[in-house]
Amino acid sequence: MDAREKEIEKLKDYKYGFSTDIESITAPKGLNEEVIKFISNIKKEPKWMLDFRLKAFERFKQLKEPDWQKPKYPKIDYQDLYYYSAPKSMDNKPKSLDELDPKLLETYKKLGIPLQEQARLNGIAVDAVFDSVSVATTFREELSKLGIIFCPISEAIQNHPELVKKYLGSVIPTTDHFFATLNSAVFTDGSFAYIPEGVRCPMELSTYFRINASNTGQFERTLIVADKGSYVSYLEGCTAPMRDENQLHAANVELIALDDAEIKYSTVQNWYPGDKDGKGGIYNFVTKRGLCKGKNSKISWTQVETGSAITWKYPSCILKGDNSIGEFYSIAITNNHQKADTGTKMTHLGKNTKSKIISKGISAGFSDMTYRGLVDISSKASNSSNYTQCDSLLMGNKCGAHTVPYIKNKNSESNIAHEATTSKISEEQLHYCQQRGLSQEEAVGLIVNGFCKEVLQQLPMEFAVEAQKLVGISLEGSVG
Amino acid sequence: MKEQLQIDFDNIIKTSSFTKRDIELKQNSLNEFIKTGFPNRRDENWKFSDLNQIIKKNIGDLSFYNDYSLSNKIDRSVFIDGLEHNKIVFVNGRIEKIDFDYEKKDKIKIIDEPEIDNRSNNFNSLIDLNKAFTNKSYKILIKKDYQLEKPLIIYHVTNDKIKSKNINLSLDFQLEENSSLRLIDLFNDNSEKNFLNIFYNFDLKQNAILKNYKIDKIENTNVKYSFNNIEQAANSLSETFILSSGSHFFKNEINCNLNGKYSSAFINGIFSLSNDRHHEVRTTINHLTENTKSYQLIKSVLNDSSKAVYQGKIFVNSEAQKTDGYQLSKAILLNEASEFNAKPELEIYADDVKCSHGSASGSLDEDSIFYIMSRGLDYQQSRELLINGFLLDVIEKITDSEIKNLIKNMIGLKE
Repeated sequence: MDAREKEIEKLKDYKYGFSTDIESITAPKGLNEEVIKFISNIKKEPKWMLDFRLKAFERFKQLKEPDWQKPKYPKIDYQDLYYYSAPKSMDNKPKSLDELDPKLLETYKKLGIPLQEQARLNGIAVDAVFDSVSVATTFREELSKLGIIFCPISEAIQNHPELVKKYLGSVIPTTDHFFATLNSAVFTDGSFAYIPEGVRCPMELSTYFRINASNTGQFERTLIVADKGSYVSYLEGCTAPMRDENQLHAANVELIALDDAEIKYSTVQNWYPGDKDGKGGIYNFVTKRGLCKGKNSKISWTQVETGSAITWKYPSCILKGDNSIGEFYSIAITNNHQKADTGTKMTHLGKNTKSKIISKGISAGFSDMTYRGLVDISSKASNSSNYTQCDSLLMGNKCGAHTVPYIKNKNSESNIAHEATTSKISEEQLHYCQQRGLSQEEAVGLIVNGFCKEVLQQLPMEFAVEAQKLVGISLEGSVG
Repeated sequence: MKEQLQIDFDNIIKTSSFTKRDIELKQNSLNEFIKTGFPNRRDENWKFSDLNQIIKKNIGDLSFYNDYSLSNKIDRSVFIDGLEHNKIVFVNGRIEKIDFDYEKKDKIKIIDEPEIDNRSNNFNSLIDLNKAFTNKSYKILIKKDYQLEKPLIIYHVTNDKIKSKNINLSLDFQLEENSSLRLIDLFNDNSEKNFLNIFYNFDLKQNAILKNYKIDKIENTNVKYSFNNIEQAANSLSETFILSSGSHFFKNEINCNLNGKYSSAFINGIFSLSNDRHHEVRTTINHLTENTKSYQLIKSVLNDSSKAVYQGKIFVNSEAQKTDGYQLSKAILLNEASEFNAKPELEIYADDVKCSHGSASGSLDEDSIFYIMSRGLDYQQSRELLINGFLLDVIEKITDSEIKNLIKNMIGLKE
């Protein structure tokens, strides 16, 4: 087998596993004040931003890496990572897509993400993040007519400092946990979206993350602010090349919904999961938190988690405004040696707040899956309610599925209901489908899709089709 | 506290007749306890109930020394009438009486001074504390094919002679093949501000049946911790019922290992709390082999600023196919200051299983109250009727009719 065939053989399982040979500039290896100043300097950041980073770094030095999670991993040497990597051609930022390095465009084309505006038909505004920097944001002019700001966060820091200053760190403060604080110190880029009062964003906003360089950590920061009475739907997708070593991805996502605003945040996470023997893959340690700040606001998280060697994240809602609503829909699939510890936190602070959690976990092969969630109704959150359902499906007896819900009710006028089940695909269902002429794999795919339907329905149409396919691919070869 | 522990320990050793080896083991346990101290909220299993704080706040400085040389008078009025039963009586932690009057003498063996258990399965620091300070422990062995005629009631009596004391007691039960035991733990406290630490170990051989009913009804200001470790062989059955109500703080912990095929465990509990009481039940059911079953039902009615916690864990290892596990916890919060916390946990490594849990908490349903009131009852009566019905559900799970009636009478529930 020549090298090319080998490459093709490898890519069969994970089609996004190629890497792009592109010249890049990186920060010196390691984590220290110099590196942080380097990042801040290269981004030409104002002083308040550098102070923000240094404050976080001071705090980070005092923090210990948590170890209560279920999936254990070998210690990460934070001094052995590159904290900044950018394609060289981005040095002098291209003014339009035509000036963009053709190699980059090709990469995104290969990934199925059309950056060229002729792909307008798709009607999705994309912000593409390659390693540490945002390389292209589409449809900006059209959005700006409505007053919507959608741009890389590094640009927002320059052009809209008053908004960034006001909201950055307001949901995930620099004094948060280990990985969030690390992100605050070294975050490189990400998306920023601001929807002005009363505007309903006419198209899906989307960010596409790609880790290319080896030995880098990706630390992006996303900040979405929906002003009074506005609405936005936001999509996020991720892939990475196949590499033998593990790579760290520690992003922070902050959502803020003011009075009567609604944010819908969907993720299809398909980082490289490692090979069949659990070698390589991304460590996906992400902090996502939404604040329903105003009255009648709503934040809804939808996630399809199929990639990453280890997924460890809890998209959360803080329901501060009265009558606010938090939702969490999740499908997490682990196969081979993948591990996931995911769930949500719903913190009810305001009156008449409601939250809903639907979590579907599927584990196959040698993988391990944990749902961990917190529902906390404080004593002031009168007349609040929560409904939680978490179902797990096991395929084979080498994998594990676990449910660890924390339920706290301090308010007598509020109701909490929680249900969880764990089972396998029943022989009867399989038999029935096979009898109708489906192969075993097709039958499993059909049943699993049915199992996930409640969540898939929540995804925007374009994503739902992709996600449905992804569910099938992720489980290939796990039956029989 | 460290010095106090060692001083009290040395005093106990001086006045007792332990062998050299026993003293060594006890000292080891004490060292272990001194190292970790009382569990606090940083320990995941004590997240919702910080015992260290609770003891500090409600008792203050504990004394670990108890003089067991003199016997205590037994107040016979605490005994249950109308139900013939065997007795074990603890007064202030000292065993005053063991009587199996209703049973065949050769079928039950009471082993005095059994070897101190030095297995390394330390569950938590309180077990170390217990091992270090238990004055006298007995092993009760029920022989093959013998089913006890009458239930055994263990009276845990404390009186006003003790205050701010730590009392530790432990019992070991072995149920041979085909044997059965009905055991009631009855708490009767007239003392104030003590910390009781109870450890039971049950070893169930094939086909053995254990029914354990724990009743903490009488109001008192003591802090209590009770740990049941249950080992179950094939076809054995254990049933545990907990009525958690009277003490200031009470944490019941049950660890059940289903080691044999077709073994099953049932745990049912009621929290009925008022004032600022804080109670917890924590269960761990380990399904370790095929075809085992567990069922748990916990219901709470919480008034004033009381707090109840339920932490239940079902563990299924990869050999335990065909496991059937179920947990349900429900709570009614009657007052805006009351609080219910739950952590129902599933940890599953086998695929052919049926495991589920449910948890719900909230207020009394106003529509139901309205329905009953429209049938002519007043508001108070309607509420009581609903609450009684809610709790009766758990009582009905008790499989022994004699004891079911006893408990119903005790808590004044009528059908």
